[in-house]
Amino acid sequence: MSFFNLSRRGLLKGSAALGAGLATPTIFTSSAWAQGYLNEPTGDTVTFGFNVPQTGAYADEGADELRAYELAVEHLNGGGDGGLLQTFSSKALTGAGVNGKKVAYVTGDTQTKSDAARASAKRMIESDGALMITGGSSSGVAIAVQGLCQEAGVIFMAGLTHSNDTTGKDKRRNGFRHFFNTEMSGAALGPILEANYGTDRKAYHLTADYTWGWSQEGSMKTYTEAIGWETVAAVRTPLGAGDFSQYLTPVLNSGADTLILNHYGRDMVNSLTQAVQFGMRDKVVNGKDFVIVVPLYSRLMAQGAGEAVKGIFGSTNWHWSLQDAGSQAFVKSFGQKYGFPPSQAAHTCYVQAMLYADAAQRAGTFHPCAIVEALEGYEFDGMGNGPTLYRAEDHQCFKPVLVVKGNENPTSQYDLLEVVDVTPTEKVMYPVDHPDFQGGDLGTCNAGI
Amino acid sequence: MDQILLQILNGLDKGSAYALIALGLTLIFGTLGVVNFAHGALFMLGAFCTVSLNKLLTMEQVVLDETRMTAWGTPMEIRTPFVEAWFGEFGTTLVEYAVPLSILVAIPVMLLVGVTMERGLIKHFYKRPHAEQILVTFGLAIVLQEIIKAWFGANPIPQSEPDALGGMLDFGAAIGMTEGTITYPAWRLVYFLFAGVVITGVFCFLQFTTFGMVVRAGMADRETVGLLGINIDKRFTFMFGLAAVVAGLAGVMYTPILSPDYHLGMDFLVLSFVVVVVGGMGSLGGAVMAGFLLGILQSFTAMKRPAIFPDAADRTVGEDILNVWYTILEYLPGIDQIIIYLAAVVVLLVRPRGLMGRKGVMET
Repeated sequence: MSFFNLSRRGLLKGSAALGAGLATPTIFTSSAWAQGYLNEPTGDTVTFGFNVPQTGAYADEGADELRAYELAVEHLNGGGDGGLLQTFSSKALTGAGVNGKKVAYVTGDTQTKSDAARASAKRMIESDGALMITGGSSSGVAIAVQGLCQEAGVIFMAGLTHSNDTTGKDKRRNGFRHFFNTEMSGAALGPILEANYGTDRKAYHLTADYTWGWSQEGSMKTYTEAIGWETVAAVRTPLGAGDFSQYLTPVLNSGADTLILNHYGRDMVNSLTQAVQFGMRDKVVNGKDFVIVVPLYSRLMAQGAGEAVKGIFGSTNWHWSLQDAGSQAFVKSFGQKYGFPPSQAAHTCYVQAMLYADAAQRAGTFHPCAIVEALEGYEFDGMGNGPTLYRAEDHQCFKPVLVVKGNENPTSQYDLLEVVDVTPTEKVMYPVDHPDFQGGDLGTCNAGI
Repeated sequence: MDQILLQILNGLDKGSAYALIALGLTLIFGTLGVVNFAHGALFMLGAFCTVSLNKLLTMEQVVLDETRMTAWGTPMEIRTPFVEAWFGEFGTTLVEYAVPLSILVAIPVMLLVGVTMERGLIKHFYKRPHAEQILVTFGLAIVLQEIIKAWFGANPIPQSEPDALGGMLDFGAAIGMTEGTITYPAWRLVYFLFAGVVITGVFCFLQFTTFGMVVRAGMADRETVGLLGINIDKRFTFMFGLAAVVAGLAGVMYTPILSPDYHLGMDFLVLSFVVVVVGGMGSLGGAVMAGFLLGILQSFTAMKRPAIFPDAADRTVGEDILNVWYTILEYLPGIDQIIIYLAAVVVLLVRPRGLMGRKGVMET
């Protein structure tokens, strides 16, 4: 028989054997995800897209996020001291890149505007080949970019976004949030407010008029009314109002003895400073000291408000003064590289980049659906927040929440917030069918092809 | 009554800033015919004169304390401001009074900025359409704010008023009411008085000096004044500088009220234009009056019915009127956010030249 005298049966057998041989590496590494996906990396690098506010009101926060991402990339590629890779409970990442590829990145500017954020994310996906988008400092932006990533077929690892809606009615299968939300802030703050200010209070809310503000106001009302407080009024203020005096003067004669500022960023800095100027911290109403509450704190904002933050309660996702091994490792890496401690925005962004890389490494592929599978229901520790769960049903991380107070006697320019309580996860965890999180559907994973 | 007085005070305080910015804006339009969209940026630059002086006064000597370490393992920095180390208590007082002291810095700086801006850029656009003037000055405003952001960052930088001028003032007691009925932040009243002094100063300068008389003549008929052999251009350049100084001073004194950041000017720009349009383009009195009126209007539309409000049978006439007002506001949620623009629409429809505008200006 000549070598070229092949029978039909022989040809079929040979083809099957050759096909199986060629497919072997993929079959063994990603059994169910062999059909390809958008921006599948072909070279020796994999590209992450860091979409942060580089201009606009949150540019300083965005700059801190970018620093954290650069640090994460350095650690993933084996540079520096390894940061949280040393303390992360998963040992899949070794500092040799992800799935044998070095991590590269591109950046975009969200400008804290939904349309600009979507445009920059689109550019990074379509032109730069980014297969994961992460970052942001606003819930409006996070929800808009999460929707885009779902449509495009890449993973979105949200940055600083605190509205319930991100993992509530606007949740998406391709999107994940490590940061806490307004429901958790309310649940953590409620008992602390009760312990410090009692059950007989009249609260006046000033609320930023957009998705996060509404969400925060709703959660604070729920938890303060549950401890017996009465809501006197809830007034919506335009985003970036600047001078809040016209909203503060009605508070003075409203009969309220508590002011809850559902503001963040510049709004929080300005409304808090002005409320203190209007003597609200020195007033006595209904026989009680007038108090101010800022449900969501950030060290960068506290810096802007200066002396006004002293003694005022709020909540935060993470703080650099935490003493667990993960937090200390991150503060050390970040502080040595940049000369100051990281913000909570920097922390959540660093952790999100690490969690994505870890999920890809564990899945053995960058296929979005494999990563979704690796992150859903994933439990981890050593990232600065204690034991944490990425709940499968809504892609929300559940972990302890910090209640903080403006430091009365700061020892340095960064020592502005004092952690007064770490509320355990079980106290801030809510059921999947919680009414404030209804109306959305994760849908199905989209790989973009 | 106390609520009404409180809202009036608030309106006057807000109106002070609107009036000061609008005064400079209308001064530029009245003299040079230029629609200056960079005027808000001048307000912001004034505020950053305070930030700069404060930074200068609080420059610190840094000594490393090797015995104490930061959380990231480097020696702790011990910082002491130079002025306090050199001048002791006098140095501390200097730092405390940084905001009022900034006036002395802002006057020459803003005059220089204004004159440079007019000579270097604006003068090339005198004979160009208003649309081009708006584009170029708006572009300039963006450039200025990006420069400030690059130097000072994007976050607000808090500035404090001196302790002696801070705290709350019992305004009620001062006008014979029960003590503690109407208290208001002292610095905001200082700002109102300061605005009054600046506005009076500008009016007196224009009304009672030869220079001012020539400028007014030039505003009325530039060509004829030129034919009399007077170099009106030089005087108008100075007026541009003066308008920049007024905007800058407004910004300096506003810093304890609103922590300055690079975007501060844009927050006030559109509002100030509305004030100028309502008052009448080129009318100084109109700008001031509209500034205060719109401030008060904005303040009144933000009122809220207090939790404890007398029942119908126990109300006075004043409280009855207030009750009607609260009811109207309850049917118009968020009206405070648009009231200034609504007022502008009404004024433009009914009286296109503005409340005190000259006949023929903005009417065609």
